[in-house]
Amino acid sequence: MATIIVEVMLKPEILDPQGQAVASALPRLGFTFAKAVRQGKRFEIEVEGTPTADQLAEIEKAAETLLSNPVIETYVVKVEA
Amino acid sequence: MRIGVVTFPGSLDDSSALRAIRVAGGTPVPLFHASDDLREVEAVVLPGGFSYGDYLRCGAISRFAPIMSSIIIAAEHGFPVLGICNGFQILCESHLLPGALTRNEGLHFVCTDQPLIIENVSTPWTSGYTKGDRLVIPIKNGEGSFQASAQTLAELESEGRVVLRYADKNPNGSKNNIAGITNTRGNVVGVMPHPEQAIESLTGPSIDGLKFFTSVLQSLVGR
Repeated sequence: MATIIVEVMLKPEILDPQGQAVASALPRLGFTFAKAVRQGKRFEIEVEGTPTADQLAEIEKAAETLLSNPVIETYVVKVEA
Repeated sequence: MRIGVVTFPGSLDDSSALRAIRVAGGTPVPLFHASDDLREVEAVVLPGGFSYGDYLRCGAISRFAPIMSSIIIAAEHGFPVLGICNGFQILCESHLLPGALTRNEGLHFVCTDQPLIIENVSTPWTSGYTKGDRLVIPIKNGEGSFQASAQTLAELESEGRVVLRYADKNPNGSKNNIAGITNTRGNVVGVMPHPEQAIESLTGPSIDGLKFFTSVLQSLVGR
């Protein structure tokens, strides 16, 4: 069984108020390392066996049509054994 | 004149929208997300709420509801569609309107009587207004910040497709103070404010929203 990871992030030019809120909370806890924070989403999709090229193409399509909104977001697909 | 209102799982303002259509003099027709039957309506309203719990992204799952396939085809042929709040988010996710609605700047859920300026009065939903009219209509949303690429914004502005703009104060970080837009053809309109909740002085801050519904009835008669 393999897990396909789809990571979705807001495009850099899109305002990310959630990331900003996290960035401003960190120093309040004494964590001073962060210059900026962007928050995204991670999907873990379990499939039987090793994904074929066709299945990966399907996942790419799903990532583009449902899991992300290409108007405001980008996505990356990875496979974990 | 039959005007439909779609109920999705999690819609909240469907009954207000149905009521606004009746107050405006139309025949309100409830439509259901799981059916692709438009029940011979001549225009449709996608109401506010949190369809499908707003899981994934606002409007992202509703876009694939059976009723939406019928609405998308009809809209491409000039059928009048009004998306209010969550309905606007669904129209953007359906690519019937450009851009996207994202988390409000400052993360606040904003619930207020919002001053607005109406800028495009050539759509079937706004033809009863005069350009430049100042309206006060409630807004109530957590993800109402309109975002689009610089190119899309330039197109919306140069083609006069901004229908409503926030006046006095931008409540949520929307680009160019945009509160509502229309498609190239002008039949599909999305607005974040709730005109269906500004139709009677007893319950609303004004009756400024009623003309959205009387306008569409008049444009259908005149067709």
